[in-house]
Amino acid sequence: MSPKTLYDKIWDAHVAHEAEDGTSLLYIDRHLVHEVTSPQAFEGLRMAGRKVRAPEKTIAVPDHNVPTTPDRVNGIDNPESRIQVEALDKNAKEFGVHYYPVSDVRQGIVHIVGPEQGWTLPGMTVVCGDSHTATHGAFGALAHGIGTSEVEHVLATQTLIQKKSKNMKVEITGKLRPGVTAKDITLSVIGETGTAGGTGYVIEYCGEAIRDLSMEGRMTVCNMAIEGGARAGLIAPDETTFTYIKGRPHAPKGAQWEAALTWWKTLFSDDDAHWDKVITIKGEDIAPVVTWGTSPEDVLPITAKVPAPEDFKGGKVDAAKRSLDYMGLKPGQPLTEIEIDTVFIGSCTNGRIEDLRAAAEILKGKKIKDGMRAMVVPGSGLVRAQAEEEGLADIFKEAGFEWRMAGCSMCLAMNPDQLSEGERCASTSNRNFEGRQGYKGRTHLVSPAMAAAAAVTGHLTDVREMM
Amino acid sequence: MYCAPSDKEEPMEKFTKLTGTAAPMPLVNIDTDMIIPKVFLKSIQRTGFGKNLFDEMRYNRDGSEIPDFVLNKPQYRDAEILVAGDNFGCGSSREHAPWALKDFGIKCVISTSFADIFYNNCFKNGILPIVLPQEDVDKLMDDAERGANAKLTIDLENQTIQGPDGGTITFEVDAFKKHCLMEGLDDIGLTMAKEASIDSFEAKAAQERPWV
Ligand code: SF4
Repeated sequence: MSPKTLYDKIWDAHVAHEAEDGTSLLYIDRHLVHEVTSPQAFEGLRMAGRKVRAPEKTIAVPDHNVPTTPDRVNGIDNPESRIQVEALDKNAKEFGVHYYPVSDVRQGIVHIVGPEQGWTLPGMTVVCGDSHTATHGAFGALAHGIGTSEVEHVLATQTLIQKKSKNMKVEITGKLRPGVTAKDITLSVIGETGTAGGTGYVIEYCGEAIRDLSMEGRMTVCNMAIEGGARAGLIAPDETTFTYIKGRPHAPKGAQWEAALTWWKTLFSDDDAHWDKVITIKGEDIAPVVTWGTSPEDVLPITAKVPAPEDFKGGKVDAAKRSLDYMGLKPGQPLTEIEIDTVFIGSCTNGRIEDLRAAAEILKGKKIKDGMRAMVVPGSGLVRAQAEEEGLADIFKEAGFEWRMAGCSMCLAMNPDQLSEGERCASTSNRNFEGRQGYKGRTHLVSPAMAAAAAVTGHLTDVREMM
Repeated sequence: MYCAPSDKEEPMEKFTKLTGTAAPMPLVNIDTDMIIPKVFLKSIQRTGFGKNLFDEMRYNRDGSEIPDFVLNKPQYRDAEILVAGDNFGCGSSREHAPWALKDFGIKCVISTSFADIFYNNCFKNGILPIVLPQEDVDKLMDDAERGANAKLTIDLENQTIQGPDGGTITFEVDAFKKHCLMEGLDDIGLTMAKEASIDSFEAKAAQERPWV
């Protein structure tokens, strides 16, 4: 048998039909659904008199525009958000899919809930009408975002029409230095490849620094594969993966666990498998990073200075000019001198327990800067409960952070958590696009530890100085 | 290879040949948040997004138009083609982005590269995304700068773009996607016709991986 990559293996195990030109019907093992990209898809089914083919493989949870204040169980004020959440309530019931409503403690960001409940398993195909579906790749599952037409397609047929992508290997060798996290890895990779560098590829992250990461860290890395343009990110499953999965509500049990484990252990890229592109980064070369512009590729070590448009080439010169103008920054300004108004800790990139621990570690016994607005939005109700049990919630609250209910919140600001014009935020989310966190809001992407550090000092800060 | 006809409320419009004004948007990394800011994603319909296409670039906060923005200029208000910088459509998977373009009247976007999900979403909505080498995009960008007098003709069947001065550029497109676009076909009907393959795959997978 010819050597295969992990991607090849998962792909081959899911092709239900292949046309001569390679266009394939890929069978989908898990379909995650949220309120923003699904209403038109369910409506399409209804119009055509179709049903959901595999409701037992379909999991729905509202997250994108749910408020994150405790009074939300009494109903959502914003009429349009309410309509979307109510539409999901109704559709989940009518079509009989698994559902975690706002009132359920297991509710949270879809990409956090899936793994937490054991829905996401190695070797699966996982899709969701959301680009950060790439997160689930951390389990060695082929996971990608789809549009609403495709959501409807998967609901109706449990398959997706796909052509195979190319294989890219991103190897992070050696050890990370203190203060450097999974977020810094994933941002540094995008800094290296650009936001279009992964277009047409599925990336497999490997190397010692990746192996050393917890599942939470691996999810952070894969989460942002899409920001590098890749269709999906993958990490081969290993003991860390199996330990995380075991005992979760929807993980296999007993004899099925053993059978699953046997197969999962075959899920790795063979030694001499073919790669279309290989990138190698030394773990020890990665520094804590921040973004200065309005694209995730606008990333620099915290010790650097704001670049000038002339430092770039081609269309990027104008884009950099526009970014600097939008961000209100001057070339040559040290990044650590950029003052911050707001800190947001949360999102499917960094809303897991380990992220809250990392931030709390920095905040312990400290206060946020006077006048600073700071909030923590745990990725799920269960993460929130665990953080309360571990005493992290108290550390945040004592430091001056708002302690919110689970949801996407200010990651995309579809709910009331938004930046105002010109407000500058150190955010643990994944996108610094213009207006992403609020009209004319300014976003600097950072790790949870870096966000906590900025909350204390009031400016972007090298977290290593606080460790 | 065959395709079943569409049975959505509105069958997808066929794309064969298009002659229209091209608007230049040389900016790189135009993301889905720029195309349709998320405050407009709260609808549960597929239509009506056109008026908010490029909203933050197109309007002031008070709702008045920003005259400098390309689609507000008289010669581009009816543009049907966009010529854009690298990596158009990056960001979210939201299909609202192609819905907004389509609702505005954009039927074709030309760039050196597109984000994957956006690229796919275009085809599902009757929009043709065309990838060309930098020199060709530069040339078309020049043509587009000349406004309404400089119409482009996109011929999908022959995979050509004809500029205002008669020059022709050819482009590549996946044969299956081209076929579906030209015939206005709906993927779901097409896949449902292969239900037997899905059934047998499902049966086999249930044996091999019962825990799924
Ligand atoms: S947290 Fe942000 S990136 Fe993640 S699913 Fe929600 S909106 Fe998308």
